[in-house]
Amino acid sequence: MSECNCSCDVNFKELDFEKMEDDIIVCRCEEITMKEIREWIPKGYDTFDELKRLLRVGMGPCQGRGCRDIILREISNMTGVPVCDIPSGTIRPPVKPIKSSLTASKGGEYE
Amino acid sequence: MSEIKKTDILIVGGGAAGLSAAAEAASYGAKITVLESDLHLGGQLVKQTHKFFGSKDEHAGTRGYKIADIILKEIEDNKENVEVHTNTAAVGFYKNDGIVTAMSGEESYFKLQPKKILMATGAQERIIPFPNNDLPGVYGAGAVQTLMNVYGVVPGKKVLMVGAGNIGLIVSYQLMQAGVEIAAVLEALPKIGGYWVHAAKIRRLGVPILLRHTIKAALGKDVVEGAVIQELNDKFQLIGEPKKIDCDVICLAVGLTPTNEMLWQAGCEMKFVSQLCGHVPVRDAKLRTSHPDFWVAGDAAGIEEASAAMIEGRIAGLAMSEALGLKIQQENYGIYQERLDSLRRGEAGEKIRCGLGMAQITDWGNK
Repeated sequence: MSECNCSCDVNFKELDFEKMEDDIIVCRCEEITMKEIREWIPKGYDTFDELKRLLRVGMGPCQGRGCRDIILREISNMTGVPVCDIPSGTIRPPVKPIKSSLTASKGGEYE
Repeated sequence: MSEIKKTDILIVGGGAAGLSAAAEAASYGAKITVLESDLHLGGQLVKQTHKFFGSKDEHAGTRGYKIADIILKEIEDNKENVEVHTNTAAVGFYKNDGIVTAMSGEESYFKLQPKKILMATGAQERIIPFPNNDLPGVYGAGAVQTLMNVYGVVPGKKVLMVGAGNIGLIVSYQLMQAGVEIAAVLEALPKIGGYWVHAAKIRRLGVPILLRHTIKAALGKDVVEGAVIQELNDKFQLIGEPKKIDCDVICLAVGLTPTNEMLWQAGCEMKFVSQLCGHVPVRDAKLRTSHPDFWVAGDAAGIEEASAAMIEGRIAGLAMSEALGLKIQQENYGIYQERLDSLRRGEAGEKIRCGLGMAQITDWGNK
């Protein structure tokens, strides 16, 4: 059998799944991990907007499309509050990033 | 001051719902602008290579991508009323002056002032958090469909499919048609979520469907080289020993969630309805939201399927035309509603009926 160093040969039963779970990147735009989210929720940062102000989750190019759902579920798991009762966070324009030069040159003047 | 483009109806999203609404409203003479963020119209329809079920009125027996062509042809009959912008996304709604901003490509930005707006923005794929889910090789099922059915590219050699709903089952079959091996289909629930025929097709080809199983981690250094899966009990707690699956692709078909950011910006009354898979606008039977100028149709109103999205688009197109004071075919309301009701009958429609019970109101009164 040829030698193979890829991780598929790792004895997966010895993997530290708990540590691996901590390292899951929940907000990919701002690189915020599951560990960070789980640290702050019990300290009272238990709405999406509070976590956003603290960690910048949902403030990157995707504007929370990737992480909002996961974070709301995580808040629900840790606090026992059903997802339907957790404020889902303010959504403001623009929904996707715009070059500043575009708004500056084409935005027009305030009336 | 940059120019503000005026239009009777702005339709955000040129998929199953948006195109149907455009076809309906254009036939009554409304001036319509359609914004589509993709490079071409058709939305999810253009990726559907399978024949649709449901009713003949919604083109059952026809393959999805051909249905898009049928609706586009209908729009062609009134093309002087419909202006289409592809590669253009609606990026904001400002409720103080009713202006919508849009971005065409990345280099052009313009404003629109529509009288009525339909949000037919569809859905986005859910992702679930598990270790290494950011490795190259982890895909959403929609992305796999786009790669294969639109661009003719296979995602890999051996796929672990997560989710045995209709999308997971159909995409598994399409992967096999493209010569890709399916290692297994995982499903956390104790039963298959999709239609029996779709499940039977892949079972006959020997693909294991593992119920009460979840993905515990993706394995690999630079790309996916495998996955660890584990069994679940009735309370979705992990039981038994983790097992390793060989695969180079992990495909997530774990559900969709409605895309409707602009409805939040417009201040529409929103509600989390789990049966509709996320936050949805409260609406009346004609699909008007709590904002008098905003309508919603298709997956943006709650996750259902393309046949329902097409009928909802028709109803919204009809209602927006009526609200503009145009002469419409009143009897179409009854016809479309009957078709929707028949799609939602029986066991398969129970979840949707229950969700609508929470999201739909009879009448907005004077609001």
